[in-house]
Amino acid sequence: MTVSEPLTDLPESPSTKKSAVVFEYDSAIHRPTVLGELRELIRYRDLLGLLVSKTIKTRYKRSVLGILWTLLNPLISMIVMTVAFSAMMRSTVPRYPVYLLIGLVVWGYFSQSTAYAMGTFVWGGNLLKRVYMPPTIFAVACVINCLINFFFSLVPLVVIMLLMGHPFYATWWFVPIGVILLSCFCLGVSLFMSALAAFFVDMLDMYQIVIQAGFFLTPIIYPAEMLPPQYSWILTINPMYHMIELIRVPIFVGQLPEVSTMILSTLWALGALMGGAWYFVRKSDEFAYSL
Amino acid sequence: MNSPTASDAAATGPILEVKQDPKLGEPVIRLENVTVRYRVPRERIPSIKDYAIRKVKGRIEIDEFLALKNVSLEVRRGETFGIIGHNGAGKSTLLRLIARVLRPSEGRVWVRGQVAPLLELGAGFDPELTGRENVFLNGAMLGQTNASIAERFERIVDFAGVRDFIDMPLRSYSSGMQARLGFAVATDLQPDILILDELLAVGDAEFQRKSAARMASLVKNGEAILMVSHGLDSIQEMCHRVAWLHHGELRALGEPAEVIAAYTQASAG
Repeated sequence: MTVSEPLTDLPESPSTKKSAVVFEYDSAIHRPTVLGELRELIRYRDLLGLLVSKTIKTRYKRSVLGILWTLLNPLISMIVMTVAFSAMMRSTVPRYPVYLLIGLVVWGYFSQSTAYAMGTFVWGGNLLKRVYMPPTIFAVACVINCLINFFFSLVPLVVIMLLMGHPFYATWWFVPIGVILLSCFCLGVSLFMSALAAFFVDMLDMYQIVIQAGFFLTPIIYPAEMLPPQYSWILTINPMYHMIELIRVPIFVGQLPEVSTMILSTLWALGALMGGAWYFVRKSDEFAYSL
Repeated sequence: MNSPTASDAAATGPILEVKQDPKLGEPVIRLENVTVRYRVPRERIPSIKDYAIRKVKGRIEIDEFLALKNVSLEVRRGETFGIIGHNGAGKSTLLRLIARVLRPSEGRVWVRGQVAPLLELGAGFDPELTGRENVFLNGAMLGQTNASIAERFERIVDFAGVRDFIDMPLRSYSSGMQARLGFAVATDLQPDILILDELLAVGDAEFQRKSAARMASLVKNGEAILMVSHGLDSIQEMCHRVAWLHHGELRALGEPAEVIAAYTQASAG
């Protein structure tokens, strides 16, 4: 690899030469902490945006239905389940399809974002072995992607509400607050689960089973009142019950969620986010060794 | 923060004397008594089920294995630094420490400036995205902002010679074109430190000449290059200094000719 001919120098315009900001890495200072990770995420914000748009592009580039698929997916499940359960539920829940669809959309956001974050981290972790990036960036990108899907799936919900003549209550204003808390919860669980998925290959399979069971243990296809009173503690300890109530009550009932629901869901959301981030960052040293 | 001084690097001295070229600039990479300890389970425990069973039985045995033992070295601005040693000597571990991918178990790693690891060209490339989208994605993975990539975009495309294909999905590129694009992104971002694992034999003869010229120009601009290779001739030709790693220990550090001679002698005997 001898260089004997005139060299083609890179032009040295001031704009291409590095600016005064020189990044310095010191393993003694850059310890993995939640705060440090947050700083790095902000430094890599352009990458975060590109990861989000990459997922949107690759998902819809090759599929015929494109973005329509996001709208159809919860709608089709809703129709199938309405047909299957309406005989049972119609008497207890008026305008059952609306009730069901809200639960499906919220549950879908949670189950998709967490499972998808775990799957992505197996790919992302491979990259982390070669190039430094803030490791939480993959889970954050996944949750943002699923949040975008969540907004799209509100379109069929509104259509169904119009078709069924369900009123649009003023309490809709509370929905964004519920979505923020739900997103925090999703991100916390995503971080925790992807840290585990980095160490055990069958974690995603096990998680799918838990998600399956969780779907039936959470009042989505049935109203909470249908559960016998001696089992009501299952609802109390189920974080997703509180998350769904937080969004379903303002839309479906037209009231604000109960104060206990607000308190419990806030505790779950912040607890999951802080706990998940703490655990993930604590384990992040070991990812390069194990993935 | 103050950059560490060279004087205390000699404390944990390698066998051969450290020769500093006075032309070289201030240190950009510094390893202080770095040890990397891998903890390897004796049997592979891939699933949580196995883990639970073994945990209950108390049968998780972990072997410790030192990939690097107490290594100290310093690379200065404008220096081309080679690392030699046979397989498993810790060469890749050393590069990964500097690329910030791995943290040292003990000791301290200090790096100043933008590091471009050419360990695997186009590591984050996505076959479904276009060449254009991949340039931005790959650049961002190397820590660059969209604005700075946009500024250099045209030159990257021209250097890689993929202008006609830039808006086509990457899966339609040949592997040579992909590697050229990866090389162009990583080197055009003008890193302070370039990390090369094995010599780049990217693309055809024409591109190899172009990439060699660009690397020479990076050295001339004062960037540090850290390279690992089994080709001792090219190491001797290109490097200012060479480190010889043997089972994770720094055996020798200094003039390429001397270190390589010692290494070949030891390998032969």
